[in-house]
This record gives sequence, structure tokens and C-alpha cells, in this order.
Amino acid sequence: MSDEKRESFSETEPHEADELHLSVSRRHRTAPALYGIMGEFNNPSDLVAAARRTYEAGYRRINGYSPYPIEELSEAIGFTRTSLPLIVLIGGILGGLGGFFMQYWMEVVAYPLNVGGKPYNSWPAFIPITFECTVLVAAFAAVLGMLVLNKLPQPYHPVFNAPNFALATRDRFFLVIEANDPRFSHDETKQFLNTVGAKNVSDVEI
Amino acid sequence: MADEPHNLGPLHHSTAPVVAPGLTFASVTDKISSIVLKRKTPLWWFLGFALSFILFQLLLLTITKLVFEGIGLWGVNVPVAWGMDILNFVWWIGIGHAGTLISAILLLLRQKWRTSINRFAEAMTLFAVAQAGMYPIMHLGRPWLAYWLFPYPNTMGIWPQFRSPLMWDVFAVSTYATVSAMFWFVGLIPDFATLRDRARSKPFQLLYGLLAMGWRGSARHWHRYEMAYLLLAGLATPLVLSVHTIVSFDFAVGIIPGWHATIFPPYFVAGAIYAGFAMVLLLTIPLRKLYGLESFITMRHMHNMAKVMLATGLIVGYGYVMEAFFGWYSGNHYERFMIWNRMHGPYSGYYWALILCNIITPQFLWIKKLRSNLLVLWLLSLVVSIGMWLERFVIVVTSLHRDFLPSSWGMYQPSTWDWTMFIGTIGFFFTLLFLFIRFLPMISIFEMRTILPDAEVEE
Repeated sequence: MSDEKRESFSETEPHEADELHLSVSRRHRTAPALYGIMGEFNNPSDLVAAARRTYEAGYRRINGYSPYPIEELSEAIGFTRTSLPLIVLIGGILGGLGGFFMQYWMEVVAYPLNVGGKPYNSWPAFIPITFECTVLVAAFAAVLGMLVLNKLPQPYHPVFNAPNFALATRDRFFLVIEANDPRFSHDETKQFLNTVGAKNVSDVEI
Repeated sequence: MADEPHNLGPLHHSTAPVVAPGLTFASVTDKISSIVLKRKTPLWWFLGFALSFILFQLLLLTITKLVFEGIGLWGVNVPVAWGMDILNFVWWIGIGHAGTLISAILLLLRQKWRTSINRFAEAMTLFAVAQAGMYPIMHLGRPWLAYWLFPYPNTMGIWPQFRSPLMWDVFAVSTYATVSAMFWFVGLIPDFATLRDRARSKPFQLLYGLLAMGWRGSARHWHRYEMAYLLLAGLATPLVLSVHTIVSFDFAVGIIPGWHATIFPPYFVAGAIYAGFAMVLLLTIPLRKLYGLESFITMRHMHNMAKVMLATGLIVGYGYVMEAFFGWYSGNHYERFMIWNRMHGPYSGYYWALILCNIITPQFLWIKKLRSNLLVLWLLSLVVSIGMWLERFVIVVTSLHRDFLPSSWGMYQPSTWDWTMFIGTIGFFFTLLFLFIRFLPMISIFEMRTILPDAEVEE
């Protein structure tokens, strides 16, 4: 699978998928709408190994949850690229150009003032502020870009319904196979999660 | 990240473990979050907070009086128009730099030991910058017009004058404050989620829940989060160097003897890191004792910080020597007089005290035995903090009070209100710091988890 495909695929966020699934389940099922099936792990190694096997088994709409960042985990679920660096680069370039030309416009066009006989466009004196504007806008791009791509703030999410999920911010590790995965089938998927070593395998309702 | 084993054993102090052995994800989480959520607030917290809050009132009183009466309240006057307010501005902002150095530069250098002190150091940065920012604004004389510094379309049809280092300062300090605040907040998001899930009372669940913004530790989120954090560190690194460089331009671009020196930017940056590490040590030594955090903030941290302090202290010492050398070598009458006046003039006591505090005293840090003694280390840090304050006094005052024309010479004496303002900012700084250690995790919980032996993924 090419990297672009991975990125576009992985950008599919749960709640768009939820809506899709909701309509399907309303038509075909009477049980409460299902977000996916979740299993627990006690340590990062088991979670990463299970995530690898799940990906190899052909599941794609999967996600891991951990109390701290695990590089191997995002690789295991096939999420390796993000457009964030590009967003920050664009932010930095816009900030730099904006910062410089703001000063140029004010000092040369809007309000030319002779200061100590210096030229109106005394560009070396504009560099410090150009630099500060570059960093400022790039930093905003990094923070806001991260939040927007992660779809945060998002006060409600189905995984919070899962038993023990409060431990995902302490010492427990979770793997979810989402119900809208093309290969998802309730009983088989549940069985599969058991075979990869997950504990407390349970349904996550929307 | 996991290229270095965690426990090399007590072969040498510097290879002492970053965290004490035996810690687990659960124990790290519970220990740090319990300080905020469960433990009874200790008596010393109330006493410390009350004392800081009282001192903070001095600041409010001074500012109120200043707004009514004008800056004649302070001891500043021609020729020394930049007195304690500007030197305190430089002092506070310098202290802030250690926080960014620890959180950003040491992150890029993959220094794991930064993890248990970065949150605290970043908070210190923010609070110190808040104090620093007040001084130039109050020094404007009409502080309610401070927004004139920003380029905004106005009916007067005028724009700021961007060739002035004072404008660069406005942009540098406000960018620094904003980026530091964002860096700090981003670092806190996963820990807010931890506190949300641990909190028992509804108001705290709601408060931390709102701040966590629905963070749930998703692998996709972590991936972008790590990228954002790394990029922010990459941005903050040149930023922190630029801020004190620009602060030094406030002086170096001027033509006053003793200010007009090319060595100022690196010399100021080194001084800032020096003062900042002294302040981090000054604060962490008692805190780790009071909260029993010795297993997180180990002797390795103390040694490393002491070594950074020693190294930057030597750079600062080199700066002093070069300053004197340039003054002499320039052959310029005024530069030579400035150096002579510093060493033998009416403020020579400050100069020699500064040499004693900043060059002689830190040499004790070469001795491992003294580095290992926390009381000695704490006292040395205090001496360095005072020394750095003296340095700024010497730079600001001795250069201004006797410049080119003897007819315009004068003396500077800080007024009582200069001191109340300074003590007031110390009170405000500690007020914020006490609130921080009570309501936010002072050690980054999620980053602590990453450096535990359990965190390694076995293939």
C-alpha cells in the first residue's frame, strides 16, 4: 500500500464512520449501535504484537490506545505519515513573509519616516521581527494543526464507554477494531481479538 | 529513544539512574497525580502561599501608586533613566531561559533526564516572563497606552518604528511568552486526561476534562502529538536564543560605552541560562524534599544541572574578561574610562561583588563532594542568582551614570518603591508557582512513563 493511501485512509476519523455505521445498523439491526470491539493488554509489547497481527489479518480500521506515545504502535496500525510538518512549514513561510512585508509596507509605503538617515527599506533591521513572526505563526500552526487533525476538542467519544478505559491514562493498553472495517464481523472479530492475546474483549457501543 | 540502559549502577554520579528502579506506570501515575488530587494540602503550602500572596500585594500597591504618580516614584532620572526596572526585566527574562533550554534543547539532544524537571522548569519560565513583561510596560510612563507598541490600524495614521531594538523586544518577548505558553499547554494535555480520569470530585473532573479536550491516548493522536511537540521544540530552540540576543540588542545597538559591544548576544544568552539553572536548582531542591520526589528527581539531575551551571558560568566569566579586554584594547578613551570606572568608581563594590558571586563562587562546583551536598548546591545557586542581578545592575547603571560628558554625570539610587516593585514581583512569581504545584502535575506524567524500563517494546 502506498504512503498516500495510508494517510488518506487513516485520516478517516471515527465519528464520520460512526454516522455511516449508525445508518447501516438502524436498517439491519435492532441491537444498540456498535462502534467496534475492544481488547485490553497489560503491556506495550503485547499490544504492539497484537496490533501487527491484526493489521496483517487485513483489518484496517483499527486503533490502539496507550498511556504514552509508542512509536511502534502507530507503525503497527499502519499510521506512519502526517501532514503536520507541511502545515508547520507553510505556517512558518507565511509568518516570515507576513512579518517582513508588514514592516516593509509600514516603513516604506504607509508611513515613511527618516530615522537617522537610514533607508526606508532598512531590511537588516527588519530581520529580528521577521524571525519572531516566522516562529510565532509556525508554532500556532503546529499546535492548532495538531488539534485540528486530531479533531480535538472532542468531549464525547464511544471508546470512553468501554470498561476500564479510564486506565488508558494510567497503565492499561487497548486495541479497537472498528465496526465499519470491511472485514468486520462481530463474532469472528471478537474471536480474533481473543486469539491475539487480548483480555476483557468487549463491545464498544456508540 | 531506548538506546541507553536505564540502570548503569552507581559507577559514577553522572551515570546514576534517571529514575529510581522499581517504578511502574501505575506508581508513577498515582504518585504524581496524588499530589494534586488526593494528598492533603500540607501546612507549608498554605504558609508559603500566604507569604507570597502578601508580597504580591506590594506589587499591586506599587503599580497603583505608579499609575497615579508616574515613574518619578522610582529612582530613575537622567542620566540613569534605565534603573531597576530594566535590570529586573533582564533578570527575570533570563531566569525564564533555563525552562526553555530544559524543555526544548535537551529534548532535541535526547537527554532523558530532562523529563522529570521540564514541566516545572517551563512553568518557571512562564511565570518569570510574566514578571519580566510588567517592567517595560510600567516603565512606559503611561502603561495604559502599551497597545501603541503593536502595529494596529489607528486613526492617528501612524505605525511603529521597526528599526528600533525596543520594537524588536516587544515582538521577541511576546512571541516568547506565547510560544512558551503553548508548549507548556500542549505538554499538559495528556496529563489533564490522566487527572480527569483519576479525579473523584465532579468539579475537578469537569475542570480537567475541559482542559484535556477529550484526549484519549489514541495511537493516531499520539503520532501527531509527538510530531507537534518535536516541531515546537525545534521552533523554541532558536527562539530562546533570539530572545536574549534581542534583549542584549537593547543595549548593544546603543552607543553608550560598555553597551556598544559585539560580545553582548552570546554573553547575555549564557548568562540567562546560568541564572535560570540557578533558579531551577533553588526551587527544585526544597520541592523534591518536601514532596518526597527523590525517586523522580534524582541526584543525577542535581549533578547535571550543577554542571550546566558551571559551564555557563565559565562562559559568563569569559564574557567579563573579554569585556574588560575590549575596553582596554579598543584604545577608545570612553571605553577605557568605563572599565576603569566599573572597577574603581562609585559602584565598584557592585562590580567586585559580581565577580565574587559569578566567577569565584561557582568554582566550588568542580568538586564532586560539594556538588553532591544539596545545601551547598542550594546556597551556591542563591549566590549565582544574586550575582546575575548584580551583573545587570553593573551593566545598566555604571554605563549610564558616567557617559561622554562629565557635566552630565550623575548617581543612581533605587527608591523604596523600586524595591517594593521587585519584591512584589518575587511575591507574584511564587504565588503563581504555589498555585501551579497545587493544581497541576509538576512532573510530566506521560513523559515519565516513557522513560520507565517497562515502556520498552520487546519485539
